[in-house]
Amino acid sequence: MSAITRVKVGTASCGLAAGAASVLAAFKKLAGDTPVVEVGCIGHCYAEPMVELETASGSIFYSNVSSSEEEIKGILALTPNGRFEVPAARAAKEKLLVNKLAGRINPVSLEEYKANNGFKALEKALALQPLEVVDAIKRAGLRGRGGGGFPTGMKWQFLAAKSSPEKILICNADEGDPGAFMDRSLMESVPYQMLEGMLIGAYATGATKLFIYCRAEYPLAIKHLKIAIAEMERVGLNKLPGRAEPTPIVIKEGAGAFVCGEETAMIASLEGKRGTPRYRPPFPTDSGYNGLPTAINNVETFANATVVFWHGVEAYAAIGTERSKGTKIFALAGDIKYPGLTEVPMGTTLAEIVYEIGGAEPGTVKAVQTGGPSGGCIPADKFDVKVDYDSLGALGTIMGSGGLIVIGQSRCMVETARYFLEFTHRESCGKCTFCRVGTKRMYETLQRIVAGNGVDADLEFIQTLGLKIKKGALCGLGQTAPNPALSTLRYFRDEYEAHVKRKQCPSLQCAALVDVKVDKSRCVKCGRCVKSCPVGAVSKDFVVDNAKCTRCNTCIEVCPKRTISRVGGGEGFSSARKGE
Amino acid sequence: MSDSFTYLEGKGYAKGDLIKALQLVQEREGYVSDDAIRAVAKAVSASEAEVEGVLSFYAQFKRVKPGKHQICICDGTACHIKGSTLISEWLAAELGARSGQTTPDGLFSIDTVACLGCCSLAPVMNVDGKVFGKLDRKSLIKILNEYRKQS
Repeated sequence: MSAITRVKVGTASCGLAAGAASVLAAFKKLAGDTPVVEVGCIGHCYAEPMVELETASGSIFYSNVSSSEEEIKGILALTPNGRFEVPAARAAKEKLLVNKLAGRINPVSLEEYKANNGFKALEKALALQPLEVVDAIKRAGLRGRGGGGFPTGMKWQFLAAKSSPEKILICNADEGDPGAFMDRSLMESVPYQMLEGMLIGAYATGATKLFIYCRAEYPLAIKHLKIAIAEMERVGLNKLPGRAEPTPIVIKEGAGAFVCGEETAMIASLEGKRGTPRYRPPFPTDSGYNGLPTAINNVETFANATVVFWHGVEAYAAIGTERSKGTKIFALAGDIKYPGLTEVPMGTTLAEIVYEIGGAEPGTVKAVQTGGPSGGCIPADKFDVKVDYDSLGALGTIMGSGGLIVIGQSRCMVETARYFLEFTHRESCGKCTFCRVGTKRMYETLQRIVAGNGVDADLEFIQTLGLKIKKGALCGLGQTAPNPALSTLRYFRDEYEAHVKRKQCPSLQCAALVDVKVDKSRCVKCGRCVKSCPVGAVSKDFVVDNAKCTRCNTCIEVCPKRTISRVGGGEGFSSARKGE
Repeated sequence: MSDSFTYLEGKGYAKGDLIKALQLVQEREGYVSDDAIRAVAKAVSASEAEVEGVLSFYAQFKRVKPGKHQICICDGTACHIKGSTLISEWLAAELGARSGQTTPDGLFSIDTVACLGCCSLAPVMNVDGKVFGKLDRKSLIKILNEYRKQS
């Protein structure tokens, strides 16, 4: 055991959900004098709980660790069993710039961050004039990582040009896209890196107050940020040169409204009001929080600003494509072998991300959804697209903040579109008609189609209404809300037509269009389905009454022989009659 | 449970702190009652209508008393793709309550949220803030039974 200098247990949200807390407790009990510390997430969420052992000859990782005493004793004896290696195909494609320290250091230890280049970026920035810092960010080609891709240097320049005695810089940590967790991980695992970027931004723009607008659903991120800010204040890191007072950094917890990711809505919410967006101009850099000049950047953007100064402008600008520089972190999830976080240079193809990094089997994937409810679905035959702001836009989707959901062959694309519209119509703030009424009508139409009540004209209606909402809506939420429906209609029209014309769901997902059937030739008559059916739809002689059945899949789950399955609508009834 | 909301006093709240005050109430009481609305309005010097306007805008705030254990089903994209609809169905069958409701015995209340950010463990739910991932029917029922046993 003497060779181990330190035990690191990943206890970010994903790790905790996988059981890291009991693993941590077990190590603390059994590791003797060896220090046991909590670290964030290294991105391999599928392998959680993960443990790293620091030894004189380098680190050894173990994955899917349980809290059994035997297993932990084995790990402390450096057993060869259960060791974790990053899959080679993934390692070859990844480039860890922004996420380099995530999961490697104690997230809240200022000393450890400093020992790993921490606050060296701020030091380099402070050696320049503020406008030179703005210029460096411009030359590095950094674009907003929140989704829009607006050049960060230009935004900073607008704010720097204002002569107001008070200016506000806000970090958008609201990460409202369902399916995205890049920012959560950055805040949980390396809170200092993003805070360092914010201080660089404050120096460059002359901002006098910094806000972090973080969603309340991320308690661990908020906890780590609070500790980090207190540490920075303790040693005076937020005292910027030429200022009498330290620059305050304030955390505001969002209260659960997707629209607050839009900058004017976020400002209203920060002011304690309903988070409704407003017309621009005036742009926030002219009149934002309480009327003061305000700029908003995303968590990952600030973390990137730090990286720019760590590595230098030229080195940063050398990564990526012509118009999209640096790397992008993606949250990979869905029908995939290795879900988790990955960081790749801009311009990596979707095929590389989905198959080589995500480990999906070619042929099993139907599409990828990027950009959450604001983005679109890209079909598998277009996976050779290079992932950057402009190429994704050309396919009818957006880069978005980095959520990347892999949709397998067994999922219904119409249902997927319905799901997103259900979300956006619910999250519409209600201010402008196109969004409030338009997204609701789109949702109702999709709802009708998956319920088997669609008509031919519905497809044309979705198309025309969608384009009108995009043109007419006030803010980004409405302008992008039709994307999931429009892109699925563009690439998967055959699925829509199957629902509308033949009342069939080819993926057997839409409950109203499928039946449930017992394959009696293989049934062993164990009776579990009969017993577990919540509505009593399975008869004693193992026939499903599809008029009663709610398609809850309980019988399919409990059947030990997997003889029960979903079949096309109508097929279950005919089998029931045959069985009688 | 406090009816007097004395913890709202002396905080020097202004109108800009309305959301913060509501979050404090929700944390202490578990929901925002009519009495709480009046107390918050007084504390931040806003009208009751303004308070209700803000609180009804945000999904975080609850207007009904929650159950002893609060279940949040995640219906984020990854969880939806991985079958969160079925999780809701199974919960409804097991507990006799749906999203937005509390079970008759007051033991569980169920909510659906947009995303818990644990997408790689989809489908997930959390109970009283503790996240459970890779759910299927069996593990779901096991979790419910453990909470039932505790009570």
